[in-house]
Amino acid sequence: MMTQMVLRRIGIGFATLIVVSIIVFIGTSVLPGDVAQIILGQSATPATLAQLRSELGLDQPGYIRYFIWLGDMASGDLGTSKAGGASIVSLTSGRLGNTMMMAGIVSLISIPLSVALGLWAAMHPGTWLDRVITFGTLSTISVPEFFIATILVLVLAVELHWLPAIAYMSGDETGWQLMKALAMPLLTLVIVVSAQMIRMTRAGILNVMSSPYIEMAILKGVPRRRIILRHALLNAIGPIVNVIALNLAYLVSGVVIVETIFAYPGLAKLMIDGVQTRDLPLVQACAMIFCATYVVLILIADVASILSNPRLRHPK
Amino acid sequence: MTENNTREEEVLAKLDTFDELPDAPPKRRIKLSWVGKIAVAVVVFWMIIIVIGPSIAPYHEMDMEGEDGFLDAYDNFYLGTDYLGRDTLSRIIFGARNTIGISILATLLAYCIGITLGIAAAVKGGWIDMCISRINDSILALPSIMLGLIAIAALGSSISILIGISAIIYATSVFRIARALGQDIMVQDYVEAAKARGEGLWWIIKSEVLPNAAMPLATDFGLRLVFVVLFISSLSFLGLGIQPPASDWGSMVRENLQGLTYGSYASIWPACAIATFTISINLIVDDISAKSGGSLAKKMV
Repeated sequence: MMTQMVLRRIGIGFATLIVVSIIVFIGTSVLPGDVAQIILGQSATPATLAQLRSELGLDQPGYIRYFIWLGDMASGDLGTSKAGGASIVSLTSGRLGNTMMMAGIVSLISIPLSVALGLWAAMHPGTWLDRVITFGTLSTISVPEFFIATILVLVLAVELHWLPAIAYMSGDETGWQLMKALAMPLLTLVIVVSAQMIRMTRAGILNVMSSPYIEMAILKGVPRRRIILRHALLNAIGPIVNVIALNLAYLVSGVVIVETIFAYPGLAKLMIDGVQTRDLPLVQACAMIFCATYVVLILIADVASILSNPRLRHPK
Repeated sequence: MTENNTREEEVLAKLDTFDELPDAPPKRRIKLSWVGKIAVAVVVFWMIIIVIGPSIAPYHEMDMEGEDGFLDAYDNFYLGTDYLGRDTLSRIIFGARNTIGISILATLLAYCIGITLGIAAAVKGGWIDMCISRINDSILALPSIMLGLIAIAALGSSISILIGISAIIYATSVFRIARALGQDIMVQDYVEAAKARGEGLWWIIKSEVLPNAAMPLATDFGLRLVFVVLFISSLSFLGLGIQPPASDWGSMVRENLQGLTYGSYASIWPACAIATFTISINLIVDDISAKSGGSLAKKMV
């Protein structure tokens, strides 16, 4: 039963990826005028236009172009950027690493932090610190990411001069300098991503706390601390893993904003530049990388929450 | 005689308390905490600004009246000037129309699409439900900012495109809620009774489903509006949303970002304007859902 469920999830994940690729392809193919027109610009004559179209395969019907594009993507050929004609693989590879590093560090900091704070708030509901956490996180999730970023720049860089306002990275920074350049983007992302996770962890634990076996434990006289750590937390792992996965969406949109505001040379910055110059092959490739990563991470979380549930792990 | 009178008065007084049938459900009265009241005041304040803003703003949004860019507050420039020397306060007042107005339009459109399809899926069921739900799930499976970027890369950015994109993206979550509520209501006894009476499908939707789904959907409207405001101002911040020279809070933050390093607050004020509006709406929604037993909050997560 468990293997079946896991396989089913993997199947759904794969189907989602296919649908995503269709959305990305259609989304970037509906534009009036095509790539050939954009490349030739003013100098387009019907003859050169037709020639370039057949060179680029644009005279083929849409679904054939989709399959060619999908095949290229799957085999690692992401095409060439329109601006400058560089291959997209070479453009994205270094930047993907930068973005992955940032996302990885943010997850490493914010996941334990939010689970701990969420737990603490659930253990002491109604105290002033719980109220501060609840209000603070509600405010954080209600404001745009760039609000938090600008406030941090104002306080830490402009008023206190502790950190540089912009993350200039040439690639040869060493330890301390790299840390200083990364500090502000990381701090912004940690705040953005943690807020929602803290809220949902707290809500998840409090939700489990209203179930009958917790009531039983309370009636037995088990101390609250022990109830939460031994009974509630173990049963809340599944929901919490799901919360973490859901918050990856915040991480994606956070990364887009943060890389722009701090001029961080990551994949999202590359994609925004692509959108601004309407470099569609580049946008397609970046969107596919982001969406595929997102779908795969959600899939991992799904499988993890199945595995963390003993009822599914040991079927009767 | 006097005894009789008092008895009568008592009965009358009792009757007075039942202005409906005794077994009618208690009237829903929303009581807000003081935080909620302040939040309502802030939202009302911005709504008034949207309506009368242009007539009370000290300057026009495009006038370059200031002596220089990035000036601190002086004379009639209560919040200083922006990078072109335009009055920041006036631009915030004008920007309220764009930022909040466009978001409200987009959310309303999202609701029209989402509720129509959601209720249709719940009522009809079968393969119609299957099809719409699958398409919906796959759109919902992607981060909204990615969808927005793809759409803008393809279509370019104009106000109508912006409204359309946000409406479609956020219609997906409205669809989910409307469908769930619709399915809940369709299996209730009173709907069964209406069906048995021989009422038509449209009558059931109009008189049973929509009134019962209205309250939860109304609370959800607030949350959705916040998401749309954040979405549109994030796009504007990236330079892909509302285009200059129109004043919009998101693009104002972007335009004046360089000023931040010289200590100019021109980019902080519009960011604060967004924050006050969105935090207030979330506080109101939080207050209402806390009072109605929290079940609402769970449905909306």
